[in-house]
Amino acid sequence: MSVMTEVTIFVLAAFVGFEVISKVPTTLHTPLMSQTNAIHGIVMLGGLIVVGYANDPLEYVIGTIAIAFGAINIVGGFMVTDRMLGMFSKKPKPKADAADGKGGGK
Amino acid sequence: MSLLAVLEPGGSAATALYIVAFSLFILGVRQGTHPTTAKRGNMIAAVGMAVAVITTLLLDGIGNWGLIALGLGIGTAVGVTASIRVQMTEMPQMVALYNGVGGGAVALIAWSELRHGISGIDAGEIASIPLEELIPTLFAAVVGSVSFWGSNIAFAKLQDLIPTKPLSVPGQQVINAVLLIGILAACVDIAVNNGDPSQAIFIAILLAAALLGNLVVLPIGGADMPVVISLLNAFTGLSAAAAGFALHNVALIVAGTLVGSSGTILTMEMATAMNRSVANVLFAGFGGAPAGGTGGTTEERPHVSIGAQDAAIKLAYADSVVIVPGYGLAVAQAQHAIKEVADELEKRGVTVNYAIHPVAGRMPGHMNVLLAEADVPYEQLKEMEEINPEMPRTDVAVIVGANDVTNPAAKNDPDSPIAGMPIIEVSEAQQVIVIKRSLSPGFAGIDNDLFYEPNTSMLFDDAKKAAADIAAEIQNL
Repeated sequence: MSVMTEVTIFVLAAFVGFEVISKVPTTLHTPLMSQTNAIHGIVMLGGLIVVGYANDPLEYVIGTIAIAFGAINIVGGFMVTDRMLGMFSKKPKPKADAADGKGGGK
Repeated sequence: MSLLAVLEPGGSAATALYIVAFSLFILGVRQGTHPTTAKRGNMIAAVGMAVAVITTLLLDGIGNWGLIALGLGIGTAVGVTASIRVQMTEMPQMVALYNGVGGGAVALIAWSELRHGISGIDAGEIASIPLEELIPTLFAAVVGSVSFWGSNIAFAKLQDLIPTKPLSVPGQQVINAVLLIGILAACVDIAVNNGDPSQAIFIAILLAAALLGNLVVLPIGGADMPVVISLLNAFTGLSAAAAGFALHNVALIVAGTLVGSSGTILTMEMATAMNRSVANVLFAGFGGAPAGGTGGTTEERPHVSIGAQDAAIKLAYADSVVIVPGYGLAVAQAQHAIKEVADELEKRGVTVNYAIHPVAGRMPGHMNVLLAEADVPYEQLKEMEEINPEMPRTDVAVIVGANDVTNPAAKNDPDSPIAGMPIIEVSEAQQVIVIKRSLSPGFAGIDNDLFYEPNTSMLFDDAKKAAADIAAEIQNL
């Protein structure tokens, strides 16, 4: 892939990013940040690649730490986001749920 | 060495799978625009990540499986443990730490890339790195290192491991500028001597960037943390995108850019909410106003002090109540007690809403998460622009652990340090109850005129205890 193709992708991705993320409401900004932490864990791919051609002890150590860091981002980020979003989707109105049910007949 | 080696790196199949992965990231974030779909969106993004990781593991040239398993094992164990154990009040620290490890990973990958470029795949052979890979590699190294160390300092401040008040050394700006110029010069040196660049210079760049990260974040006060965390989030995202350029990986470029956009938007929103520029936050050391020194000289001004019972009566006989929570609420862990007060009031037919200032808490949206944890329905969480027009029709505004964001001086006094900062206009409400330990000033280090207004009553107590007392008193009415 040529550099200019990559720059094109970068610029378009920036516009998409601004467009999509500016629609996220303030209420969800903390989960958004932890989710972007998780997405940032994509750098683990770089770790997987460089450890593949590592050929001295220092590179082994660097690569392994990079993979561990990336995995912390991915696993921790998605899990904690899921935990937080669970709090938002919780319906604290059991009465409303019961009224919706078919069993609520006279 | 390659066990799987099914996919050609940079080949059509691998690229197609990466495109699937980043599309899922974008879809996932898009679903995050509403509380009811956000959880599914997070799942979609996680599936995208699984696709990206599996694709990479299938690439030809992936090896050292023992190390991969080790890294994955350690990272997963730490990630799972942390995400289960973390308290919602500690989310800012956790995000700071995640920003940090993300930036650290990028810096390490850049280092490895450069070493690889120097030694070549077969040791001994010197291969020069094309400039279009070298520049993003150096960028990733510098920004990754800055955000690793900056985030660690932010973490330490939020965790109270080091003082949250600004720490600065004399000539700070000059030192920062010298460091930055030195880093740039060293980068140019590596680029010029491409083919035989010095390892030592590269390590010096990493160290100088580390020092810069420390020096930039140390002088920033606790109240400015929402801006700093967002900015470091943007930095880590951009460094990941740069790593994507160096490795010619589209998934990294798009995902990194997405994170960079998100961090940038949040940084700008937070700075706007404090009516300050990002540069001002980074370089002015605002939270550093000697709060104790100047604050101590103010004479005692007349104010009304009430107890839990009076507060309960005011609230119980109101038609509409707005609760204004601030970071003090989080510190006192009072969110559940406040929810109890709201429940008691709603039983009596009082309308209860929550007014959330954009910088309430230590990171964007932090207060919303704390209240969601206490089962407050998100429909009751009102943003500042939404609630301010309602204030004149509000009977009682209750301020819990918030200070500067309610100070009318921001609107009325052009000479105030916080002049122009958007505030929650509680003084427009019929009555105001402020739950606070004392009359002490907030982070801005200035007196809050609100406390001395005739329709304001002060309830001096710990937020959690006060809220529990009020809830009990309302029950007894």
